[in-house]
Amino acid sequence: MIRPNASVMLEVRDLTAKIEDRTILKGIHFTVRAGEVHAIMGPNGSGKSTFAKVLAGHPAYEVMRGEVLFEGKNLLSLTPEERARAGVFLGFQYPVEVPGVSNSSFLRLAYNTIQSARALEELDPLEFDDFVREKMKSLEMDPAFLERSVNAGFSGGEKKRNEILQMSLLAPRLAILDETDSGLDIDALRVVARGVNKLHTPEMGLVLVTHYQRLLNYIEPDYVHVMEGGRIIKTGDKSLALELEARGYDWVATESKGKAAA
Amino acid sequence: MSAVIQNLVNQPYKHGFVTDIESDVVAKGLGEDVIRLISAKKGEPEWLLQFRLSAFRHWLTMTEPTWPNVRYPKIDFQSISYYSAPKAREKLSSMDEVDPELLRTFEKLGVPMNERAALAGVAVDVIFDSVSVATTFRKKLAEAGVIFCSFSEAVKDHPELVRKYLGSVVPTGDNFYAALNSAVFTDGSFCFIPKGVRCPMELSTYFRINTQESGQFERTLIVAEEGAQVSYLEGCTAPKFDTNQLHAAVVELVALDNAEIKYSTVQNWYAGDSEGKGGIYNFVTKRGLCKGVNSKISWTQVETGSAITWKYPSCVLQGDNSVGEFYSVALTNHHQQADTGTKMIHIGRNTRSKIISKGISAGVSNNSYRGLVKIGAKAEGARNFSQCDSMLIGSKCGANTFPYIQVNNSTAKVEHEASTSKIGEDQLFYFASRGIGAEDAVSMIINGFVQDVFVQLPMEFAVEATKLLGLKLEGSVG
Repeated sequence: MIRPNASVMLEVRDLTAKIEDRTILKGIHFTVRAGEVHAIMGPNGSGKSTFAKVLAGHPAYEVMRGEVLFEGKNLLSLTPEERARAGVFLGFQYPVEVPGVSNSSFLRLAYNTIQSARALEELDPLEFDDFVREKMKSLEMDPAFLERSVNAGFSGGEKKRNEILQMSLLAPRLAILDETDSGLDIDALRVVARGVNKLHTPEMGLVLVTHYQRLLNYIEPDYVHVMEGGRIIKTGDKSLALELEARGYDWVATESKGKAAA
Repeated sequence: MSAVIQNLVNQPYKHGFVTDIESDVVAKGLGEDVIRLISAKKGEPEWLLQFRLSAFRHWLTMTEPTWPNVRYPKIDFQSISYYSAPKAREKLSSMDEVDPELLRTFEKLGVPMNERAALAGVAVDVIFDSVSVATTFRKKLAEAGVIFCSFSEAVKDHPELVRKYLGSVVPTGDNFYAALNSAVFTDGSFCFIPKGVRCPMELSTYFRINTQESGQFERTLIVAEEGAQVSYLEGCTAPKFDTNQLHAAVVELVALDNAEIKYSTVQNWYAGDSEGKGGIYNFVTKRGLCKGVNSKISWTQVETGSAITWKYPSCVLQGDNSVGEFYSVALTNHHQQADTGTKMIHIGRNTRSKIISKGISAGVSNNSYRGLVKIGAKAEGARNFSQCDSMLIGSKCGANTFPYIQVNNSTAKVEHEASTSKIGEDQLFYFASRGIGAEDAVSMIINGFVQDVFVQLPMEFAVEATKLLGLKLEGSVG
């Protein structure tokens, strides 16, 4: 929901970042208020996923300029784990496999770390088992996933559900979901979207990075942004996503260049 | 690789101290005179002197093995002192009589011997340099008919047993370092479990290298008679020195019909500093003979120390239906080099063996698994399963797997699986994005990786080994 009077949760100003010698983000301005849903769309290579990773603090990227305030705090001064403990959650486009580490112990360590950062109660393995099974039920996940190694041998769809499961366990203030829809068949997409909608509270900011419009049929965005060449070149409401679906991305870039020239 | 990971794995050795106990050290160098001197100092019988001399003569004809995947400067065997013993003192009848300095050494190692012995029910045959100075729980063991004593004592008190089994698994001329050990070994442990006896407690020996530049040549012999069972624990840690120390131990295990021997090792000798200076050369021959039908020998090792490790705890499966197992975690960091694995020699019918090897490499270290599975012509129905997994931490270390499989019987079934994985920036970032710091992440990934091996360790040892891996890989994170 658009909440012009809600507090600003995330404020990104002129964010410029590079990996090795390549500048990927070239001055991003972006604001999220509590409760809002933002979709970031754009062609491959436009910098959408980089933007998500930089917000979460991926060490391969270097921020050259700009600032990011999260609930008034300088997010860029925090380590990735501090950002997570402060309530920022990144749902990975390609969740990482960790052979040998059981999903249940990984999920419990993550949960207890975040709980402890919030001065809330931690759960022992038995309590956690009950808790996580309940969460899995709502995502239609087989409890067998608890015993398997983290993401190892999971199908694309299973990995994405595991990401949303983590989002539901960690109850973030700001969730950034990077291409959560890719690799999902239509049934899985519906389940995941339902899960995200259920988790989305009026206090939570939600940023959906996506290539296609179809996810937005299930999770309705308040704002749609188009990224191109490391910048946000157009912002609109959900109708913009439908227009992009029908016309592609090229016209936005052309329009934007035209504006710049004028 | 990122600075975070570098910091994580750069934990200095915590057991670096030298105990100030007077040692009786023989002048450097090796010849028949030195061997005769060692034998005389120990008051040995003639047959043992001849055993040593024949080994020495054989050794003179041999050359150092160069096939291991390790590099080090040539060892000058004449610059090593071959005997070092704490000055002779009265026999001790209780722990109170043990040199307090020695007890303090164990305190520093975090192994309060008496407490450990009492609480955990573990008998500790304390090896300090090369001579045993105290043996606990011997009485209780004696009641069960178990002999657990230093090798020297065994030679005096049970010469017929020692003579019968010494060299029966690892012959004096088996390999360069085994021959050297057979010529100059100073002490070690002897363990004998008679027919039908299940050893009432786990047996444990703490080895410790103390005198600078004194080579260590331990000799261990464990015999389990028909239907006997024993679990033996060996833990090692050494003080910090700049010069390399050679350690060439020989361990022989003999299991008769229906007997079972479980041998567990946690090895944490000084590995050298982060520049690769100093550290122990650990060139060990360990072999078990499943001599009887239905016998079983199981090796579990956690190798985290030494500058160079060259070690292949093996099983000769001679008895029909006998079983050999090898579970290994080998961790190398900085400039450490390890070439370790096992040999499973199937001779009897329906013999089975299992190999689970987990190698972890960090820093600029090099970690190789080398294993032989040999199925003899008469080993009808023999089976082997091998799994060799490697984990790399950072991008400057190496992991290698050298499996050798020789099958001379068409009814045999041999399986080999191998994998290599890497703790990389992406894995650590994934953990971090869930609030989990690098230190906890590495520890969780490593613990998951070694789990199949650690479940084989006796419980107290598993706790110690988990701590040890943590110590080796966790550190000050920025």
